[in-house]
Amino acid sequence: MEYEPVIGLEVHIQLLTKTKIFCSCSTDFGASPNTHVCPVCLGMPGVLPVLNKQVVEYAIKLGVALNCKINRFSRFARKNYFYPDLPKGYQISQYELPILEGGFVEIYTDGEFKKIALERIHMEEDAGKTIHKGDGSYVDLNRAGVPLLEMVSMPVMHTPQEAGEYLRSIRKIVRYLGICDGNMEEGSMRCDANISVRPKGETKLGTKAELKNMNSFKHVEKALEYEIERQITAVENGEKIVQETRLWDEKAGITKSMRSKEEAFEYRYFPDPDLVPLLIDDEWIEDVKKDVPELPKERLERFMRDYSLKFDDARILTDEKQLADFFEEALSSSNNHKAVANWILSELLGYLNKDNKSVTDILIKPQDIGELVGLIDSNTISGKIAKAVFKDMYETGKPPKKIIDEKGLVQITDTKLIEDLADKIIASNPKAVSQYKAGKKNTIGFFVGQIMKETKGKANPKIVNEILSKKLEE
Amino acid sequence: MLYKETLHKLIELTDKKEVTPKEIYDSLLKRIKQKDGKINAYVSVFEEFAPNDKTGILRNIPITIKDNMHIKGKKTTCSSKILENYTAVFDATVIEKLKSEGGVFIGKTNLDEFAMGSSTETSYFGTTHNPWDLTKIPGGSSGGSAAAVASGEAICALGSDTGGSIRQPAALCGVVGLKPTYGRVSRYGLVAFASSLDQIGPITKDVEDAAILMNIISGKDPKDSTSADVAVDDFTKYLNTDISGMKIGVYDKVLQDCSSDVAKSMEESVDIFKRLGCELESVDLPNSKYAVSDYYIIAPAEASSNLERYDGVKYGFRADNYENLKDMYIKTRSQGFGTEVKRRIMLGTYVLSSGYYDAYYLKAQKLRGLIKQDFDKAFERFDVIIAPTTPTEAFGIGEKANNPLQMYLSDIFTIPASLAAIPAISIPNGISKNSLPLGLQIMANVFREDNIFKCASAFEKEFNIIKNLPLD
Repeated sequence: MEYEPVIGLEVHIQLLTKTKIFCSCSTDFGASPNTHVCPVCLGMPGVLPVLNKQVVEYAIKLGVALNCKINRFSRFARKNYFYPDLPKGYQISQYELPILEGGFVEIYTDGEFKKIALERIHMEEDAGKTIHKGDGSYVDLNRAGVPLLEMVSMPVMHTPQEAGEYLRSIRKIVRYLGICDGNMEEGSMRCDANISVRPKGETKLGTKAELKNMNSFKHVEKALEYEIERQITAVENGEKIVQETRLWDEKAGITKSMRSKEEAFEYRYFPDPDLVPLLIDDEWIEDVKKDVPELPKERLERFMRDYSLKFDDARILTDEKQLADFFEEALSSSNNHKAVANWILSELLGYLNKDNKSVTDILIKPQDIGELVGLIDSNTISGKIAKAVFKDMYETGKPPKKIIDEKGLVQITDTKLIEDLADKIIASNPKAVSQYKAGKKNTIGFFVGQIMKETKGKANPKIVNEILSKKLEE
Repeated sequence: MLYKETLHKLIELTDKKEVTPKEIYDSLLKRIKQKDGKINAYVSVFEEFAPNDKTGILRNIPITIKDNMHIKGKKTTCSSKILENYTAVFDATVIEKLKSEGGVFIGKTNLDEFAMGSSTETSYFGTTHNPWDLTKIPGGSSGGSAAAVASGEAICALGSDTGGSIRQPAALCGVVGLKPTYGRVSRYGLVAFASSLDQIGPITKDVEDAAILMNIISGKDPKDSTSADVAVDDFTKYLNTDISGMKIGVYDKVLQDCSSDVAKSMEESVDIFKRLGCELESVDLPNSKYAVSDYYIIAPAEASSNLERYDGVKYGFRADNYENLKDMYIKTRSQGFGTEVKRRIMLGTYVLSSGYYDAYYLKAQKLRGLIKQDFDKAFERFDVIIAPTTPTEAFGIGEKANNPLQMYLSDIFTIPASLAAIPAISIPNGISKNSLPLGLQIMANVFREDNIFKCASAFEKEFNIIKNLPLD
């Protein structure tokens, strides 16, 4: 029998606000344990939370980007459970009335765009971290109170690849919005997956398992692949799938049962009486909308339309907002869109990949790439010389003109000079001349090479070719 | 004999240079030494007078604080074993405000554990005794503050009120106690019991002192999202005014549930208001008869969550000899909390559990809305509503300690105002056959403390028992 997996993802987005969601402690990552804390995020007796407005604005931004319904009235709720890294004994989250509902994430799969519907997105605070080692367990509360958005998709994905693309799309969008750095390895983006299988054609959902502990896009895909196989095998063997939470064991490459539904927590959600309902008016939404940049898909389409780029090239250029910005800034000094795109796609990305760098931490300036293209187009330098100049630009950040001047790389377009050189080389290589005349036309390459050698590559190849053909035909 | 005086009288005497703040402090310390062995109003007393260099209305006259509000560097025990050695790391907003007006503090008073109780009997540090009759309870949960003010162990005090915890002990100790509108006073630094109900308010010897303290502690606090951005009046300007023509609703339906002493005092109070030229009329609040049931769903629900932080991990009591994390939680909380607190945690946990939430918590919230609507409707016709503060005089120590339902019913008249989030004061309005004080409750619409002060001040002129307080 053929089976269809059904996948829904819960993604946590850690927001890049300066301060925590309910107090003014810093959210900076990597400080000594328990230094970014205050009575509020430590859950001291008698403290009260005060909502950070920036968190709401980031949520609205995401809601605008993903076409969600932005609830004008939403509320925070307490999720109660005991754990040492949860200082108040409850997490402030949203339950019945989340800030965002509906909407979709567009993913590119099998050569087309597909909409993945969202159920909801809500705001909540992160818990601290428990570190178990040696003689005991240690709690670091620096992360307690760091703002998160939890995005819950509908169960509408059917392959691990779709799930992976969904995550990549989210990362791309939150980075464009500047609300999260989307780094799964460092935990600023986290993902739990709900997965079930059912016979193809069946509309009812099968019993699901919730997968946790996947720390990269690749591992989400791998865990789902494993789990789909496991569930199908179980069903085929006539076993019953139990609703449970399973942990992905990265080393063993398998999922293991953590707890069943019977052991599931009773969270006793109820509206947090310490916080007033959150009211959002149209004016606030309009205000936030002004800060929402052009999103990756629109930009990709615009690049194809306005700059006549191929889909794949436009897609790479719009993958990161900073790269797309870089490209468009480079265009300020050149109208040769295609050439500028090519220099960025092949040369610049080549160097960046080699050095494992991002476009934001390099010396080369975007306008200089446009200028470099201009210098080629005006025959000031050859494409070959340009590659060497580019290397210099990448390494030193100097503008191309300066490099060309310093190294005397300006292309020789002086026909008189080239003619003299051609005469000299033709005169001293009679054998090659007779070969050419006997019909071995590609011997011209030898003469071009000689002229280039004499001019250190600076002679304009087009002019050299013209002069040589003319003279050799004489 | 400075300890006997009111705050406003001492402000006057200090200004005339007839007394110094140090003399007042010493007089109080002496009085506490003399009396507190029997009354047990205080959990901690600050032996050292620590002058405050801020000039302000309080002029270094000492204030007494219920031991569930933070004074930085001092213990906040909530009269619980679980916080027995907890030292506050910041000042509550009310404390900051008092300090900025030149306030100093002399000690922290006993309460029912985590403010859960109506008799101060659930305190880990022992029962507080009613200064009028040491065999009687002082009421609760602010029983320590009320007993201290009534016995001259305090000039004035702050209490907190969730379902009557300021008004009921004030009534049973013969002093004035005001629960402000919910949101009028910041809760930041008040250890939470039930967040949607808790309010801090004054417990004083007379109405003027209550107005002076309210002037200081009221106002929007950016640290408390539930505090209201409503302009704060000078409440003292509503004292000693003519209240003729004021419309008063008399919630007399409840008199059938009262002792004959209480009913009689209530009738006399009605007569006093009539004499003062007020227009009185009977008013019914039909849903308020469900108020106690409603309260014992909402308050425990919130409490069960608010008290989760006392888990032995970060601060406070931790049990010995545990085997693992879960065992540590169980032993710490089993040993650290008293019976009443545990009862309410269980109640609250139950009503919030999935499957019961709709039937209990959600329904209780709807009922709370209906109770509030009754008041809204009533305040279209009346400036204030009056009712007895308690159904009886102070009962005997131990009398209801093992009967929680009977104990809960002692707040039957104070809980409606708590659920409706409206301000309400209790002022003395009689003395029972057993020579125990009784209280009259005056309730007003939200943020209409002005009407309360007008009525209470005028009434106090006609009837007060300040001379009868057990101050000798």
